[in-house]
Amino acid sequence: MLSRDQRDPAATPRLLLTLLAVALLWPGIRLAELNPLVLLQADNARTMGSFLSGFWPVAHSTEFLGLLLDATLQTLAIATAGIALALLLAVPASLLASKALSLSAASHGGRPGWLGQCLRWPTRGVLIFLRSVPEIVWALLFVRAVGLGPAAGVLAIAITYAGMLGKVYAEIFESVDQRPAHALLQAGSGRLAALAYGILPNAAAELTSYTVYRWECAVRASVVMGFVGAGGLGQQIDLSMRMFAGDEVASMLLTFLLLVLLADQLSRLLRRQFT
Amino acid sequence: MTLRLSGIELRHSDGTLALRGLDLSIDRGERVAIIGPSGAGKTTLLNLLASALPPSAGQLQVLGADPWQLSSTRRQRLRSRIALIHQAPPLPARQRVVTAVSAGRLGQWGLGKSLLNLLHPLDISGTREVLARLDLADKLFERCQQLSGGQLQRVGIARALYQQPELLLADEPVSAMDPRLADHTLALLCQHAIEHNVTLVASLHAVELALAHFPRVIGVRDGRIHFDLAASEVGREHLDTLYANEQLSPQAVSDAAEIRWTPQC
Repeated sequence: MLSRDQRDPAATPRLLLTLLAVALLWPGIRLAELNPLVLLQADNARTMGSFLSGFWPVAHSTEFLGLLLDATLQTLAIATAGIALALLLAVPASLLASKALSLSAASHGGRPGWLGQCLRWPTRGVLIFLRSVPEIVWALLFVRAVGLGPAAGVLAIAITYAGMLGKVYAEIFESVDQRPAHALLQAGSGRLAALAYGILPNAAAELTSYTVYRWECAVRASVVMGFVGAGGLGQQIDLSMRMFAGDEVASMLLTFLLLVLLADQLSRLLRRQFT
Repeated sequence: MTLRLSGIELRHSDGTLALRGLDLSIDRGERVAIIGPSGAGKTTLLNLLASALPPSAGQLQVLGADPWQLSSTRRQRLRSRIALIHQAPPLPARQRVVTAVSAGRLGQWGLGKSLLNLLHPLDISGTREVLARLDLADKLFERCQQLSGGQLQRVGIARALYQQPELLLADEPVSAMDPRLADHTLALLCQHAIEHNVTLVASLHAVELALAHFPRVIGVRDGRIHFDLAASEVGREHLDTLYANEQLSPQAVSDAAEIRWTPQC
């Protein structure tokens, strides 16, 4: 028995939480029908092996590389245009949804007034709706509306990513030190000026790295949407897979690796500017 | 009359009663020091006067208006005439000193001018002049994270002076400065108050400084006013009862008594 001096009041809740996590995880694994042993069975391994063996040597004919370059540029364009459109919606929505600009929170120990909360919830609801529908569904919808091609991908990314960016921006604004902004609000400053002088200096690095990470995700998402005819590398991968051209798939996967590396370096470079 | 409080009570959101039954009035151009033990409610009182915290009960008049009866737009306009110097100025670590100081005028500038000033400082000479009075002109383009605690306090003071308020409130404005600098800085605040007919209310830990620089001294204890006297009338017995602490052992109290009234900086 531990003496009273040595007992940590947090020990029991921590133990219970660990047990709860395990108890929830086990039925989850059963429900997902996860059985890693299937991977090791002989015929399954052979099927995967023959699929992968087509990957080498990677395709590098001049004609194919030209095609690859076009598809890559189109994918980058879809992702970038999609993120840019998403920002148009996400920035105002995050300002509306965030508690960081609440005048009443500044004078009530961080708790915003009920009227502001009532206005914040609908904005949050819209953001939840935008991101709860997967981008592939939006893409299928827009392919019917604007026809096959990159435009459907751009719109699908813009809508889903507006929901994600808006939510996370609002939370980043709330997670940095609120005292500089509160001090400015208490000295008569306007809300947007308080954001620019009190919150952005601390939040800039987080905001940049999250935006670049989302751009990277958008590059990948635009590939998935290529499968439903929204253009770019995805459409090319779809075609190559149907023709069992493993070498072409391999060179496109290498292109992906390069794109993600590029995004990572960009994020690091920008973060260094802000810290 | 700049400030009038009657029957003010203030309960924090966590339920503690920080101010109880406060009656106080301060005229325009007065210089008042607030002293008292830690946790007496000095900071809460200054936040109340700055219209940063609403009272739970009682009547409050600041610069001729009750801030909590005003619409939020007019309350922001009233607040732009009040400056509060924080003990540890809340400045973003990466912000440059020139930006931090010019933020004092955000209440007077429109949004366009505020954002433009963020891209390129619009009033370099004005901010440099304020900083020069605090012996910080060479730090104009440094980032706040490169400054020491005492230098940050002076940046906070520079911001408040740059705001050109009618009511200047200061919460332990010199607590991180050496005695000589603390003396100089308080003298500067008082001189500014006299020249511009600004009302100055400052809370201080160093009783010597309070008695030396301020004509009127208010002792606060347990959220109440313990005494409210001219500096010349404050005697030893007032201070002893103001700072009496039964929790500390008698030994510690008698030791502390020897050095208690020297500037603690």
